[in-house]
Amino acid sequence: MSERELGRKLDRCLADGVIKLGTGLGLGIVFSVLFFKRHAWPISFGSGAGLGMAYANCQNDLRWHYLLHRNPKVALADETTQR
Amino acid sequence: MLRLLLRGAAGPARRNGGRSSVVHLQPPRQYSTSSQGSGAAKVVAASLLSVGGGVGGTILYAQWDPKFRAAVEKNVPYSDSVFGLVLGPAPQNAGHPIRKQLESTRPQSMLEKQAKTSKVQSEKKVKGAAQTGSTEPTPSVSPPAVTMEGASAEATQIISASSDVPSVPAPFDTQPTAVTEHCDECHHVGSEAAHSGADSPAGSTEQLVERPAEEVSARLAQQDQDEQNVLAAVSSSLEESLACSARAALQAIGAQEAALQAINQHTQKLKEAMEAEQSPPEEKSVQWKDLEAALMDRTSAVTDATAALQKAKEALDGLRATINGSKDLKVAAVRPLVLAAEENLHKMVVDLDRVVAQVQSAEVESKIVSQYSDLVQEAKQQFQKEVSSLTPEIQANWKGLTGKLSTDDLNALIAHAHRRIDQLNRELAEQRVREQVHIDAALQQQKLEDQRVLERAVSSSLQHVKEEARLEQERKMNEVREVMEAEMRTQLRRQAAAHTDHVRDVLKVQEQELRAEAEQILSSKLLEQDTLHRQLTQEQLDSFTLDMNAAYARLKGVEEAIDSHLVAEDEARRAHQLWLSVEALNHTLKTAGTEEPSVPLDSAAQMVRDSCRQDDFASALAEALPAESLSRGVYGEASLRARFNSLRSLVLRVALIDESHNSLYQYFLSYLQAALLFEDQQAAPPTQLSSEDLDTFKLLSYASYCLEHGDLELAAKLVNQLKGESRRVVEDWLTEARLTLETRQVVSLLSAYANAVGLGTTQAP
Repeated sequence: MSERELGRKLDRCLADGVIKLGTGLGLGIVFSVLFFKRHAWPISFGSGAGLGMAYANCQNDLRWHYLLHRNPKVALADETTQR
Repeated sequence: MLRLLLRGAAGPARRNGGRSSVVHLQPPRQYSTSSQGSGAAKVVAASLLSVGGGVGGTILYAQWDPKFRAAVEKNVPYSDSVFGLVLGPAPQNAGHPIRKQLESTRPQSMLEKQAKTSKVQSEKKVKGAAQTGSTEPTPSVSPPAVTMEGASAEATQIISASSDVPSVPAPFDTQPTAVTEHCDECHHVGSEAAHSGADSPAGSTEQLVERPAEEVSARLAQQDQDEQNVLAAVSSSLEESLACSARAALQAIGAQEAALQAINQHTQKLKEAMEAEQSPPEEKSVQWKDLEAALMDRTSAVTDATAALQKAKEALDGLRATINGSKDLKVAAVRPLVLAAEENLHKMVVDLDRVVAQVQSAEVESKIVSQYSDLVQEAKQQFQKEVSSLTPEIQANWKGLTGKLSTDDLNALIAHAHRRIDQLNRELAEQRVREQVHIDAALQQQKLEDQRVLERAVSSSLQHVKEEARLEQERKMNEVREVMEAEMRTQLRRQAAAHTDHVRDVLKVQEQELRAEAEQILSSKLLEQDTLHRQLTQEQLDSFTLDMNAAYARLKGVEEAIDSHLVAEDEARRAHQLWLSVEALNHTLKTAGTEEPSVPLDSAAQMVRDSCRQDDFASALAEALPAESLSRGVYGEASLRARFNSLRSLVLRVALIDESHNSLYQYFLSYLQAALLFEDQQAAPPTQLSSEDLDTFKLLSYASYCLEHGDLELAAKLVNQLKGESRRVVEDWLTEARLTLETRQVVSLLSAYANAVGLGTTQAP
């Protein structure tokens, strides 16, 4: 259903965001702990990077339909997966 | 005010109109300077006079001219009653009175004619049959005017019968001639008079009018028949009367002869009685007795003879009357019979006369003798009386009394005898003296007697001679007539023979001619008949062929009709099938539930396809069904509506997203817009969409409205106007809607088509 696609996308976005945020946070924490002497900036940097990536992914995902895709196979494959 | 005036004016006008013919009694001027009384009286008198004059004049003119009377009666009310009072009732028609009288008399005469027909017919019957049969006594009893009218009526009847022209009875000019119709029977003389009156009108009309041909021939035949009848009747009557008169005459003759005999005998006896005085007294008495007997015989014979004579005379009279009657019939064949009868009559009359003459002479003689005997007897008696007076005791027969008489008696007797002798001598002398005179007187008387007898004899003999001569003449005439008849007959026979020869020749010639003609005609007719027959047969053949052709054509037509019927039925069946399958298809559409689609339409579509193999349109339509609907089925409208309602919010949320604006921020903004912007849930879409209507929110509200009102098509159309992400979101729904719409369209088309086809193939009862 085309109307569920957005929901799905948003679900993916959210999931991705959560993952990326978590991962970024985790990595940030790890890096902050490991390398950067428990500064806060790697956590925020990691969560921010993670959130940013998630945001970008989400946006990309949401935008994907409107972009021309070079590889027709990819486009087709993605179309079918999108459905 | 004006109305009052008008009303006032109309009132007197109305009143005046009703009395147009009557003059106002009251004068218009009430006020006059002169003396009112006399002036008014004068005016009143003048007006009365004029009115009376007018009315009188009107009545007089109406009496003279009925048309004017009718006109007045029509126009003036109650004038008809006035006229009736004064003049009497109006005539029925406005024609001339004279003509009217004629008209009135004509039907009367016609009626009389009608009434007289039966009487006339009976009169005709009487005349024709010449019998004394049943004629009504009324014609003879009715007054002459009526019989004349009857005669004229019969005349008109005959005239109108012969010439079809209704004729008025002519004025009564002709006198009815007394045609006496004589009867055949010898004893019906008295009723002739009664019938003469009846036949006179018929006779008179006979003289007036010429009879039609058929009537003439009928009458001739009738006459012949009547002649035959008459002849038979006459001959029979003549024979009868002849027989009876002959019998009577013979009887009379016999009786007369017997009387003659008796008279002679009596005379003889008387003579003997007179002369034979010397006979003995017993013989005398016997003689006298014989005489008396003879006398009685004679008287009886004489009476018988007279009676017989009377009868014979009557019979002869009857015979004569019959003969006269039959003579008057004017029938030729009767003549010889009449002649013979007349001869017989004459003979009988002659014989009778002869015998009567004989009897009369004998009677005369006997009268003389009886006179003589009377005288003698008288003398004897006288003498006897004298003798008896002288000698009372002596009996009559004094001749035988010689011894019984005394001398005195004898003396007295002698004296008496002497005296008697003297007296007788004196008488004798006287007689001698008067002898001549007596003789003269006797001679005279005798002469007279002789004269009379002579005259009688002469007349009778003259009659006889005349009669004989007439009979002779009649006989001669009959002979001559017969001879002539024979001659004529021979001539006629000769002529007839000649005629027959001629006729035979002519007939032969004619026969040949006619035969030739007939043969020709026959041949022509045969030819005609032949051609006709051939024509008829040809016609029959043609007609038969035509009929056969027609029948064949009809048969063909019937077959075609049946085939077409079959075809039509087939089509109808197919149409029905199609319709059924389409209905099934339609039904399957309805199986769409709220969430899930309908059953796949494949089977139904297959059925439709099966049922419309021959129908291109239907098959095309059936092909046009979208594959998706066939395989998967279509969603129902309700589900679509629900789905739309569910995705409406989503669409609203992504309203701002399109190709250019599709960042996440935009998403956030569009979400914000959706949350903040309030639009009508449903709004009626305008008939024409303007550019500002292409807003998502508006479109969605229009679409919602449409969906709520069941217009999926319009909703789809509206939704189709969405752009960008909204469009992408709605895409599936749109395709579903499109699918549904398509399927429904196809199905509706099919069903419409099936209905149309079904209607088309359905045959009205």
